[in-house]
Amino acid sequence: MASTTLSPPRPKAPNRLRRYTVRDRAALGLMAGVPLLLSLAFVWLPALATVALSFFNWTGIGGFSDMKPAGLENYRIIFTIYPEFPPAIEHNLLWLAVFFVIPAPFGLFLAFQLNKRLRGSSIYQSILFLPVVLSLALVGFMTELVFSPTEGLVNNLTGHAGQNNLIDWLGDPRLNIWAVLIMACWRQTGYVMILFLAGLKSVDPSLQEAASLDGANEWQSFRHVVWPALRSINIVVVVITVIESLRAFDIVYIINQGTNGLQLLSTLITANIIGETSRIGFGSALATILLVISLAFVLPYVYITFRKDTRS
Amino acid sequence: MTAAATFTGKQASAQPGSPAAKRGSRGARPMRVFLHCFLIVTCLIWIAPVLYALYTSLRPYADTVTHGYVSVGGHYNFSNFTTAWNEADLPLYFKNSAIITIPALLLTLWLASMAAFVVSRHSFKFNLLMLMIFTAGNLLPQQAIITPLYKLYITIPLPAVLSDSGHLDDSFTGLILIHVAFQTGFCVFVLANFMRTIPGEITEAARVDGASEWRQYWQVILPLCRPALAALATLEFTWIYNDFFWATVLMQTGANRPITAALNNLTGQFFTDNNLISAASMIVAIPTLVVFFALQRQFVSGLTLGASKG
Repeated sequence: MASTTLSPPRPKAPNRLRRYTVRDRAALGLMAGVPLLLSLAFVWLPALATVALSFFNWTGIGGFSDMKPAGLENYRIIFTIYPEFPPAIEHNLLWLAVFFVIPAPFGLFLAFQLNKRLRGSSIYQSILFLPVVLSLALVGFMTELVFSPTEGLVNNLTGHAGQNNLIDWLGDPRLNIWAVLIMACWRQTGYVMILFLAGLKSVDPSLQEAASLDGANEWQSFRHVVWPALRSINIVVVVITVIESLRAFDIVYIINQGTNGLQLLSTLITANIIGETSRIGFGSALATILLVISLAFVLPYVYITFRKDTRS
Repeated sequence: MTAAATFTGKQASAQPGSPAAKRGSRGARPMRVFLHCFLIVTCLIWIAPVLYALYTSLRPYADTVTHGYVSVGGHYNFSNFTTAWNEADLPLYFKNSAIITIPALLLTLWLASMAAFVVSRHSFKFNLLMLMIFTAGNLLPQQAIITPLYKLYITIPLPAVLSDSGHLDDSFTGLILIHVAFQTGFCVFVLANFMRTIPGEITEAARVDGASEWRQYWQVILPLCRPALAALATLEFTWIYNDFFWATVLMQTGANRPITAALNNLTGQFFTDNNLISAASMIVAIPTLVVFFALQRQFVSGLTLGASKG
């Protein structure tokens, strides 16, 4: 910092044709190269390998010589006779739909209300935000506590903890996904709310004031003043909603490792590598499906986000 | 519509604190009362699971058996906490968490700040591609890459100093590495955005004074990034500490697992009733709750730095 004040008048066009010394080149190369290499080696190489391995049969016990080309066989099995796949994809889609229908609009609604600087606003905000710092694994334990059939909060409060009218929230394969989703929404709403609050802070309050001055009601001022200003945050929320629902894993894994009504793509993949029979090729085919779905959202997002940079 | 809004916006800002706006808020008083009621009820529902866990953890198992879990009465003490802490050897797992989280956090911030320096302070052709690789990599679901990663981890040998198991799999080093590789993406994204807001003249001046690129990074830019680094540190601490998946899959030795993942094994083995599980959960949540109470502002600004780009 001190050097700034001592420096002579600065050159007019700083970024044009800068010459680097050999040392600077080496330094810059290492500074960008090491992190890049890590990301390529541990994230992108496995991502590509996932796709490649999905066309092989491999128990994973032996070396590479045990790999046998399988063509599309793994995919054929997944889409035709693998009984766990339809429920898994159904649950992932349900997760996605619920995340779009409940935490996203509710988070926006809460953010909009809290942005009005009500008295006690920061207390409300803190409480709604609390679940976000808890790990998803912990949310899994909380799900067990709250929805435990005989000892849980929900059944005891609603009088369903007795033997004759017991609701088995965690064991019943038609119900347990909903118990999990309620708790997942519990955490996700605060997350979305915080993002929208940040977005709302960037909306000029005088615009809303002006709208109400012009006789706009709350909905009109939201629809025409606030909503258009939230465009970039909306994209972030969409991406986070999609990614979080594809990543869903911890809560169901804590409850029953993702079986019996709680199958997800992520738990099927995990079962195929850390189970007793590790089927690398088959697991990779499942992972490729997950990868393709996520990239379908991630790549456009990254493209939209950085397009501005290319323009400027 | 937007044009109209900005036009009237200018008019309003010409006379700030206009009386009409005040009248408007006074007129909406019943609405405000209703809103407060709604928010209070929502917050009560929101805090209920945590309070229920806390309440359960304070009651001995015997009392909940006789009175039921949703009841008042019996004893209240910290015996579940001491039992969980001592019998399941929780200090060991906290130590594991520290061994993984602290180096992973420091390495992530260091590597990310270097990469961010290069892409934000220089105009190389590959900058954009690099940013895309980092950002997209961070957004992939972990399960989409775990299968080859697991094979890779079994295959890569490590000297005994770095790993008890002899390879990346089942070692602290392996877990630290995957956290760094995965989290660097997000941090590069955030830090690059932040560094762009620092005027170019500052490094320009340092360069004229003969400072090398490394010195410009280490002595000029990095100190200016303290707020962003603090925000990211709280966020990344929580994320790495809260990790369940990497530790579950890539660390087979139960005694070496960090606490978030270890809790799953300990349940059923040591924690047989809900009271003990609640107590253990509360203990595990303490570091993140400290972040929540002490550093909430940093945590939130870390999240939003990433969200509100440009």
